Order: sequence, then C-alpha cells, then structure tokens
Amino acid sequence: MPSLSLRAMVSRLAVFAVVLNVFAAGLAKGAQAITYNRDIRPILSDDCFHCHGPDQKTRKGKFRLDVREDAVAKKAIVPGKPKESSLVDRIFTTNTDDVMPPLEAHKALTPAQKDLLRHWIADGAKYEKHWAYVPPAKSAVPANQNPVDFLIRQRLAQIGLKPSPLADRATLMRRLGFDIVGLPPKPEDVDAFVRDKSPDAYSRLVEKLLASPQYGERMAIGWLDVVRFADTIGYHSDNPRNIWPYRDYVIKAFNENMPFDQFTREQLAGDLLPGGTREQKVASAFNRLLLTTEEGGAQPKDYEARMLTDRVRAVSAAWLGQTIGCAQCHDHKFDPIKQRDFYSLGAFFADIDEPIIGRREPGMLLPDEQQAVKLKVLTEELNLAQQQFDAPHQDWDVAFVKWQTIQTETSLQERRWTALQPVTAVSGSGNKLKIEKDNSVLAKGTNESAAVYTVSFTNVINEVVALRVQALPHDSLPQHGPGRAKDGNFILSEISAKLVHADLTSEPVSFKSARADFEQAAEGTNSRSRSAASVIGALQHEEDSGWSIFPQTNQEHQIVLELSEPLNLQAGETLLLELWQNTPGSALGHFRLGETTNTEALRGPLSEPPPNDIVDILVTPSDKRDNDAKEKLFSYFKSIAPETADARMRLADAHQFKDKFEESIPKCLVSATNAQPRTVRILARGNFLDETGAVVEPALPGYLADTEAKVAGRRLNRLDLANWLVSPQNPLTARVVMNRLWKQFFGVGLSRVVDDLGSQGEMPPNQRLLDWLAREFMDSGWDMKHMVRLIVSSDAYQQTSVISEKIKARDPLNREIAAQSRWRLDAELVRDNALSVSGLLVDDKIGGPSMKPYQPDGYWENLNFPVRDYHATEGRDQYRRGLYVWWQRSYLHPSLQAFDAPTREECAADRNRSNIPQQALVLLNDPTYVEASRALAEHVLKEGGSNTAARLIWAWRQVLCRAPRGDELQTIQALLEKQLAQYQADPDAAQALLKVGHMAAPTDANPAELAAWTNIARVILNLHETITRS
Amino acid sequence: MKPSPVLDPHPELRQFLAQRQTRRVFLGRSAQGLGALALASLLNPSLSAAVAGKDKKIVGASYPLDFPQKAKRVIWLTMAGGPSHLETFDPKPKLGEMSGQPMPSSFTAGKQIAQLQGQKLLCFAPQYGFKKFGRSGTDVCELFPQIGSVIDEICLIRSMTTEAINHDPAHMFMNTGSQIAGRPSMGSWTTYGLGSESEDLPGFVVLTSLGKGGQNQPIAARQWAAGYLPSRFQGVHLRGKGDPVLYLSNPPGVTHAQQKDMVDAINVLNAKYDKIVDDPEISTRIVQYEMAFKMQTSVPELMDVKKEGPGTLELYGCQPGDGSFASNCLLARRLAERGVRFIQLYHKDWDHHGGLKEGIAYKAQEIDRACMALITDLKQRGMLQDTLIVWAGEFGRTPMSQGGDGRDHHNAGFSIWMCGGGVKPGMVYGATDELGYSAVENPIDVHDLHATMLRLLGIEHTKLSIKFQGLDVRLTGIAGKAVQEIIT
Repeated sequence: MPSLSLRAMVSRLAVFAVVLNVFAAGLAKGAQAITYNRDIRPILSDDCFHCHGPDQKTRKGKFRLDVREDAVAKKAIVPGKPKESSLVDRIFTTNTDDVMPPLEAHKALTPAQKDLLRHWIADGAKYEKHWAYVPPAKSAVPANQNPVDFLIRQRLAQIGLKPSPLADRATLMRRLGFDIVGLPPKPEDVDAFVRDKSPDAYSRLVEKLLASPQYGERMAIGWLDVVRFADTIGYHSDNPRNIWPYRDYVIKAFNENMPFDQFTREQLAGDLLPGGTREQKVASAFNRLLLTTEEGGAQPKDYEARMLTDRVRAVSAAWLGQTIGCAQCHDHKFDPIKQRDFYSLGAFFADIDEPIIGRREPGMLLPDEQQAVKLKVLTEELNLAQQQFDAPHQDWDVAFVKWQTIQTETSLQERRWTALQPVTAVSGSGNKLKIEKDNSVLAKGTNESAAVYTVSFTNVINEVVALRVQALPHDSLPQHGPGRAKDGNFILSEISAKLVHADLTSEPVSFKSARADFEQAAEGTNSRSRSAASVIGALQHEEDSGWSIFPQTNQEHQIVLELSEPLNLQAGETLLLELWQNTPGSALGHFRLGETTNTEALRGPLSEPPPNDIVDILVTPSDKRDNDAKEKLFSYFKSIAPETADARMRLADAHQFKDKFEESIPKCLVSATNAQPRTVRILARGNFLDETGAVVEPALPGYLADTEAKVAGRRLNRLDLANWLVSPQNPLTARVVMNRLWKQFFGVGLSRVVDDLGSQGEMPPNQRLLDWLAREFMDSGWDMKHMVRLIVSSDAYQQTSVISEKIKARDPLNREIAAQSRWRLDAELVRDNALSVSGLLVDDKIGGPSMKPYQPDGYWENLNFPVRDYHATEGRDQYRRGLYVWWQRSYLHPSLQAFDAPTREECAADRNRSNIPQQALVLLNDPTYVEASRALAEHVLKEGGSNTAARLIWAWRQVLCRAPRGDELQTIQALLEKQLAQYQADPDAAQALLKVGHMAAPTDANPAELAAWTNIARVILNLHETITRS
Repeated sequence: MKPSPVLDPHPELRQFLAQRQTRRVFLGRSAQGLGALALASLLNPSLSAAVAGKDKKIVGASYPLDFPQKAKRVIWLTMAGGPSHLETFDPKPKLGEMSGQPMPSSFTAGKQIAQLQGQKLLCFAPQYGFKKFGRSGTDVCELFPQIGSVIDEICLIRSMTTEAINHDPAHMFMNTGSQIAGRPSMGSWTTYGLGSESEDLPGFVVLTSLGKGGQNQPIAARQWAAGYLPSRFQGVHLRGKGDPVLYLSNPPGVTHAQQKDMVDAINVLNAKYDKIVDDPEISTRIVQYEMAFKMQTSVPELMDVKKEGPGTLELYGCQPGDGSFASNCLLARRLAERGVRFIQLYHKDWDHHGGLKEGIAYKAQEIDRACMALITDLKQRGMLQDTLIVWAGEFGRTPMSQGGDGRDHHNAGFSIWMCGGGVKPGMVYGATDELGYSAVENPIDVHDLHATMLRLLGIEHTKLSIKFQGLDVRLTGIAGKAVQEIIT
C-alpha cells in the first residue's frame, strides 16, 4: 500500500524548516542570529502555550510564556542567563517528574529545539510581535528587476542555490493554460508560441490569457472553495437551494478585475451598499452559503449557534487566515484571540433575515431583460384582476345576504351536534385505526379486505335523538378521501349499535331512519343501492352495497341516523358502534361520530357547514359582529360563492401565470437585514442551552483592531466589518489572499499552512516576498490581474519543474523556489482537460445553472426527505466545465470527490492532493472519460493523418503538447494492434463501447477501428503526465 | 504535415539531460530527492520504525504501538436513527408503572429536547418485556432472543451519552468526535494509525442497509469521509446495487484482458515518464493503478457469498444479494478475513417517533439473528478474539411518549454493546436512572468510547493526532478516557 501522508510530513514542517534554515544559513555565511518569530515561537506555541499561553482557563503554574514580562518575572526566562532560567532547567532535566513539556502531554522537544531555546535566552530572549500581526512592508527592490525574482534570488544566494533554467515554451504554455484559464493550449497555438521569437511573445500570451473569459472561471474555483459554495443546504435532507447566480457573480468579478476590496464589500454587505445594484445583492449571497437544516426536532437555539460559528469560521478563513473558530468554547490556546472576539465577530451577522430551521426562501428573482418585460405584464394583469376582485359589486352584496341566511341555518344546525369522544377504535382487518385529537378516527395500515370498525364511547349522554357519521377528507388518503378506495370513495354498508351496561349485559340500539347530505347515483339496473337508507335495518353483510359519495370526494359528507328511541348513556355504560364495510378495499379513511338531543337537527339542512371560525361568526347575531368579523365573512363568501367565480378564477389564473413564470426565472438567496437582530451571547463552553453569558454587540477582533471602534449613533454592521477587512489597518487580508494566489502558481503557499497565518501556522521562509506582494496588492488598489501578471512574469515562475539533485538535497520541499513544482491537476481541471482535448468541451458559454454529469445509478440512495432521482443533464450542457457541476454537499459527484474536490461543507482554503485507486477507476471507467476518449479517437481518425504513427503523434500533441518518443510509440502501437484485432473479431463489443455517453458515435466510422482507438485514447487520458501540470 | 516545434519528443528530457551533466550524486535513487516515505521517516522517527518493523508491508502513523493490540480490526454496527434503549437492552419496570403520568421535572430540567420541545412530557411504558439470558442472567428485551443467546460474549453498556440530539450532527459526533462537518471519521483515523492488512481491498469499508419500517433517515457520505486526513483513508462504500465500488466495472465492450493490457500500457508509459522527471508521485500512481485493477477482481469475488454454503447462509438468515443487514454482516466477516481494518455497517430505520411497538419488532427481525450469527461465526473461526464489534446508534430515545406511540431523540443515557477484541465478555457496565433518562452510574461519552476503541487497537488516543489549521487535532478532541474496567 501507498506511502505516508503528505499532511504528516507537513505537520513536522515548521520544525524541519527551522532546522533547515539554521543549517543552510550556517553553510552560507556563518551562524545567523536566532529570531523569535522564525525560530522560537513555533516551538513555544507547539509545546508550551497550551498550558502557559493566552487561555487562562487551561493555564498552569499561573504564568505564561507568550508574554515576556510574565516569563521574566517568574524567572522562567532570565535574559542572557540560560543557567538561571527555569525554562532551560526544566527542558533539559532528566527527572521525569520535572521535565517540560510533561510526559503526559506527549510532546517532546528535540535536542536541536532545546539548543535553540538555550541560545535564544543566552542572546537576551528577545520577543517579537507575531509576524502576521505586523502590517506588511515593502523591502527595497531595484527598479529594473521583477521584485519576485529579486527577493527569491536574495534568499537563494544566502543558501548557495541558483535558480533553475527556464522551462521550454511548450511546457510553459501548458503551465500558463492550466494556471490562468484552467485549460490546456491547442497544439497549433503552442507551435505559434514556440516559433514566435519576438521579445514580448510571453507577455502577449499572458495578456491574452488574462483577457479570456475562462480566466474568471479558473479563478472562481479557489474562491468557491474558500466560501464553501454549493447547490445544497448540507445537513440531513441536504435539499437544493437557489444559489448559482452567486457563482456567476464571482466569475464576472474576476473577469472584470473588480478590485478585491470592492469584491469583499459586496459579498459581506452588498445589501447595505447605498444604491446597491442587483449584482451587489447577489454578491451578498455569500452570507447565505452556510450549512442549514430542515431536520424535524432541530432546536432553533442550537442552530443559531451553529450558524453563527459557521459564519465566523468563514470570515476568518476567507479573509483573515485565522482559526478564530477555536475560540467558540474558550479563549484561543495559541493566538491572542478571546472568546469575546469570536462572538462579537459573529454578532455582525445577527441581522441576517433568514429562517433558522427549515426550507430556505426561493430568493431574489433575477429575470433577464425579456423575462423582466413579461414579468411586468403579468404583474400588471394580476394587479388588475385583484382590483376587479376587490371592487364593490352590487350583485355580490345581494347574494351575500342570501348566503348568510342559509349558512346561518347550516351553522346553527352544526352547533346542534356534539362530537362523541371515542375511547377505543379497532378494526378487524388490516386497517389500523388511530384516534386523533379532534375526536376523529383515521385509518392507516393495509386496506385489502372487508372491514368492521368498532368504536366505543363512554360519554355520559341523555335523551339523544340521533347519531351521525361525518366522513372527512384527509391528506393521507387517496384523492384526499374520505374513503380509502383508489378514487377516494368508500362504501359504508351497514351500521349497528349496542349499549353495554355496567354488568356487561347489552341491548341493541335501533335506528328509525337515515339520510345523507349526498348519495352516489346508483349505477345500472344490476347495481346495488348507494343510498343512505341501505345502511340501517337487519345486518345482511352483502358486498357492494351501502352509502357512497363518488364523485364528491375530497369533501366532507355526513349521514344522520335517527334513533328509534331516545338514548341515554350512564356512567359505567358503553356505547359500541360498528361500521360494516363489506366491500374489500373500500373502507372509510377518516370519520367522526356525533350525537344530538335536538330534534331540529333531524329536519335542518345537511349541507357541509363552513369552517369553525366562520360558523362562530355566523351564529353571532349580525349586529354583534365587529368589522373584522364582517370582513372575514365577506372574504370567505367571495372565496367560495358561485357569483364571484368568474372574477375569482381570473385572479387565481393571474396568480398562477405569474407564479409559474417566476418558477422559470433564476433566483438567488441574498442577504437582507432584519431590524431586530438576534441577541448574541457568549456561550460558556459553546453550550447553547446556557443563557447566562454576556450579551455582545458586533465588534472587531481585539487583538487586531480597536474594539472600541464605533460609528456614531448605530451599532457596527457588516459593511463596517468589510471595510476594516480591506483597510490598511488590517495586516492579514492581503497576506492571506496573496499566499493563496501564490499556491495557485507554485503549488504551495509562501506560508505553507494557507489556512492559518496564526502562531500555529508557518512563518514563511521568504516572509519579505509575501509581505512585498501583500503590500503591492493593497498599493495597486487590490488589483488581482496585476498580481497574477507580476507573478507569472517572473523568471521564478518560468523555471523548469525538473528539479536538480543539488536543489533536492539542499531544499527538499522546494520552499525557496529554486525551481518550479509539478502537481496533479485539481478535480475540475482533470475533467476540463479531458473534455477540452477531446473537443467535447462547451467553452463558449460562461455562467448559468449547475449541470449534472453522468453519475452511477443509486449513488444518492442514502438521501431522503425526499428520496431523489438523478438525471444527467441532456444536450450540450453535459459537456460544461467542472466548476459548473452540481455540488451536492452530502454526496459530492464521485469523480470530483476522487480527485479531492472538497464537499464545501466547511471553508476549504487547501485541498488534499491525493493519489488513490479511485482516481484510476474514474479515469478508466467513468462514462465521461470513456466518451471523451471516443470523441478524441474520432478526431484522431479524421484529422490525424492516414498512418498509425502520424495518428499517434497527432494524439500525443493534442493531449500532451509534445510528440511521443520512440519507446512510447512502441508500447502504444503494440497495444493498438492487439485491440484492433480483438474488436475486428468481436464487432458487438466494439458497438457496445462506442455507445457510451449521450453523444452518438459517427455512423461512417469503422467500428472496430474506432473502438480500438478509443481504448488508445483512454490510455493517453489516463497518463500521469496528462493530469499533471509541470 | 509540416515540421512543427511540438514534434519535439520530450522537451523536459533535454532539461533532464542537461542537469545530469552537472549532477553530483548525494544519495542513491531510493532517497533521491527524499521520496515521500524517506522524508516522512526523516521527519517522524516513529514512522521509520514502522517501516522497518516486522511487517514491512504495513505502514501506519501509530507504529510502534503504545499498548498491546487486542483488536486488530473493528466491525462497527451503526443502528441509524437512534434505537430505543428501553425496548432493547435497558429494562425499566418503574417506567411501566408510571406510564401515562407526567415525567418528573427533576429528570428533565436543563436537558436538550428535540421534537418534544414545549410539549407535555408523559412517561411511556416499555412496550415489550425483558428476559434473563446467559450465565450472567443479563436482562435483554424479549424481541432479541438470539442476541440474548450470545449475551455472555457481550459487554453491554447501559450508560452511553452523546452531545448531539439531531440525526445528522449526532452521526457526525459519533463518527468523528465533532459536530462540525469535515473531520476525519473513526474508520479513517484507524486506518491512518494502523494501515491496512489487505493489499487488494480498501482499509475502511462501509455497507448500508434499509429497514422495512420506512423511517430511513438520510446518511451523508461525510460520515465516512477522511476529512483532512489523506483521501486514501476515506471509507469506500460497498454498494448493494450496481457496481459494488463506484466505477468498478469496465466500460461495456471492454474485456478484463483488454483492461489489463491498457492498465499495463499506462503503467509502462508512466514508468518511462518517471525516468525523466523523477517524481515519486508517479511510482505511487503506478501502484494505485495496480490496486484499482486488483479491486476489479477482488471486490466481485468478495461480494459473491454463494460459495459460503447453505449452513452459513442459514446461520445469518440471508439470501445472496438481498442487500439485507444480515447479508452485510456476512460480508463484514468476509472483509475481516481479508484483512480490512475498519468495517462499518449502517442499518437504518430506528427512528421511532411513532409506531414504536411495530417498528422495533421489524428491527428485531432484521438484526437479531444477524448479530448473533456474526458473533458466532467469528468465534468459530477464531477471529472474535481480535475483532472488536461495536453495536451503537447515534443516540437513544426518550422515556417520554411522543404522540402516544413513539419516543423522541434522546442523548442523556442509552445503551450500546461491544464484543470481542479484548472487551470483557458477559459484563454489564453502567446504568441509567430508574426511568431510563440519564446515565447515572459510570456514564461514558463518545470520546471515551473512541478512546477505548483505540486502546483496544493498541493506540493511545492522545497520540493519534494530525496538524490541521495549525492545531494537533484528534479523534477524541481534547477529552476522552479509555474505560479500563471493560478491557480484559
């Protein structure tokens, strides 16, 4: 199995770099002075600060080593006198009780580290402010030199290394292609560049690439990682949300070279900018990119806390390169970050208007010009329909009076009934009955056989003259019921009742008559009765007979059963009602039983009464109704009356047209301010149940800025935060952004730990270079293209990545940049490269909704609420670039994931660069790569000339920008001959291979030949060199 | 075709040759440019010890081990959805007596509550009886007689607690020791620490199965992600349908032999490239293509349980290819035999907010025999002694009723069990209060559970760490204590 983790190596790097630096510097010009930031702080921070550092809760021995005065006062450090310093004593002692760090901490200092500490104290134990908290300054650089080269060469000279020679032009062009636009060059363009002898050939190429719209796509990838852009909410159901226009914004911002300070303001506070544009509001979707949940039972306080911490981590990762997230539960252990700083930073986002739990809103509508015109028309039509509906109508007023009279009687009638409270409700069949809170009974379970429902009551009742069964609709039933038959109908065959006395003797209860509000028409001459009357009388147990209500499903119905004699039920007695449903599969789904003592109830109307709140109004005499009640009543009338139907339909249609059209318009979640910001408290140990912590207002981190910074008359807002992030007073943002940018062009940040510039990060070996770049970035007006140009124009960037033995021996991790580096392409670019060289890539369209590449069936089987199907995008959009792939956080597309694309559940400034078997399986077998191979093979056969050697050369050029060597040709030619013979012998196999993917194979090609070449193309697309930027 | 500069066969070759003229040999090829392994051992002496150790094939960050290794591998049975301890392993007669009465607020004050927030809290009686099983006379719910029959092999823990109370964060916490997404899962940590004994299967394998009750909560792939550990430590999901491993099958129309020829050609061409640019990543790439190709054979062979014979299938109560939990238990044993380090099964549908009585009976049908079979089978093969089995949900369920026939999520006390791999058999550890609300005797939390698991694997949990964003991050966070009392 494979080698050891890169991370594990990196973890030791800080120490290693120090040793190396000291060693190398010693070689160069004698012993170099020890400095606190470079040499000492990493040791103290790693091994001492946890117990003797900023967090007072975990501080031991009541002193700290991160503050010189403390350490000196406690005589841990006696400057100039290592022998008197207890620190030196304790780290060198062999006494296991006394030794520091203590054994149980599982940290041990190396002899070299111990020596460094001793020498540093002997030299006077000078402390320095943490390098990254000091504003960056520019070192002096000669005017005629690229500052990048000057500052690198200065370091190289110190350690006795020379820069590597420049790479050849073909390699350079492929490198620039991947680094600036994320795509390989075309071979003919490489030819032209190699032939171009003019002195500005390189810079013209750089300018061309910077001006290309693919530049914004390439630059967006890294930013989308840092801000955790994804198409879904993340937690639990991981449902989609409307967010892709934010990606378009990012691409456009890079393409238009929007100054980074503006880019920052728009994302954090686009909604707060005076006269903010639509695009600036889309930018503010940044604040909505976090994880959210729709899980039932999620507690708002819990998720308020989660969302706050999520946002603090995002801002600190994207702009500050700080691990402020550590201060959620306690003061930071290594950096001077207080718990208060954490919550104060979180408080900047307490104003964002959003549901804490549940579905996100659809978001801001973003119609294009045509859509905007149509939307305006539809809105006007809606307004008109609404006006017409709201306007006075004399005929409606007349009808309203009449309606009230009838409905008042119906309502009074309804009030004559009292619900019986069931004690038990059981069914003899697969139906499972459940008594609901409103005394109704709901049937679940299977519904295949005939059913008898037995419902018992113990309500004490007197002089009851009638019982009734209300058949009620329910959303769980087919067609909303009230029945369980597929069409929502039921057949209530027979009803019998029995009174059980306390001594368990019983007597039957008989009915005199039955009538229902509605009866289904009897069908044909042979069919059984569907009448209400058929349910009473002696039990016959006949199938297919009884009261039914089709087609009036999804409505309430009732059957009233007049008793032969008034019924009394005493305490201790039970009334048993049996509802016989003799026809299999047609039981009642939802019903309620009631009684009345009022003989009026037998005579009155049996129509369905209005809802309870309307009944309440109707049974109130009209002169006692207040205005609200009157309005409510009239609105209700208008919502159901036949007289208002035309106007109502017109209004409903207008609503529907507009809603439906709006569905087709892109939308994006954006930020909006709620005038009542959420209260933010310091949560002791991060515990959201603890509401005793101090309430905090938005404030800048105390260790970097003036926490007292105030704006007269109001609390600080997100715009204030954004302004500070990109102000000259903040020492971090420019360094963080330039460090990440450097990584894009050299594979490693100048400070290797790109997500932490705090004391646990790495002090950059070439700090002067990082500081120069950071300062220049600010001085240039945060001009990103200027910085890219500066970097790629340097000789350092253009060096070969074939690293000499001398460099490998002296600087094994190439931190001093005496050569370029080589690395495997990022996940999206692996895809882009294959699609590009095979001619499938759609690169004339920038932005737009996410697309879904081919994906193995069932990959989403563990998603639920709802269960989801996956349909790969049809048509040209299938061949779009990797950055447009649908980003499902809990199940990221497996091809991207295999190549280390992050799930973007958390901010990711750094990607793994792994080398795992899944990558081989993806490149070999994923239909995307098989189809791309076939497309490449088609081009080879059409454009690659007529003989095999010429074709192979063409293919090599197309994919690798070079020709194959003789030994390579030998290998591949042998493979081709074998594959060709195999497919000639098995034409079906050839056809099967050519069918992979949505795009049809050409009909004029020889299938065996094309299949064999498809496999050759597969080999080429799988080469390490193909997926490597060198 | 006219001559083209791009006909240059290999521009980098010239660079390479030019440099070789001035090459001064510092080190041999094996340490040339400090290949990843050499560099790593230089930076971390404990790693070189591992490389130089007895078994040269296995590389892991935790060698040499801190403790004797009692468990060589883990089979973790995740009962997803949150099983009720009150209808499985924790008898509470008092709760039965108080059924329907208000839950005394002394039990619930200040505790997290999920869906029952703001509702009246009423006691809800255990829906099934308990019986005594084994020489230990341990009480187990009558629905689980098969597990009862092997209870003397099991260490039952009735005092488990967790911090989270919703499924997704609770799974994250149980798997990664953190409720923040993006941390490495315990299977990744384990393979990172110990490496894998299997040369043709991944070191960390995940299997999932659905329950019949329809309460199948979603499970995110992050539950088996490697987080900031290298990606090769991520769990590989072996699927019941389609390709067992994503992209495992050759494209249609490509035979196994053809695929082999292609992989060979790729590796030959990559090796040629390595000679020119001398990049250790290329030799790793070659190894990975070999591994991928081996998996194309070894995984289908693994999944083919027909050869097991009727006796074994009957013991587990499964049919080949039925995708059941029982089938997955059998696959777990086959994976264990093949040296896979961490095998995690998810069986869903334990989320009984309602219909608990029926629902839990379904679950018993699905898992009771299978769990017994796994224990029995491993024991017969002499593998139980060095295989740790853990049975656990992400949380338990409330003693209070939800909707009259269910229970809500609950994190203050619930039951799990461990078996084999150095765990004391026939033991009951810890207890909840008389109503089954809070763990009151020997409570253990998720970090303790992880620490205990790592201890059994031979690892001191405080030493299994990696730098992330400048911090030494561990599976057990800044807490965790191995539970000595349950270790043999």
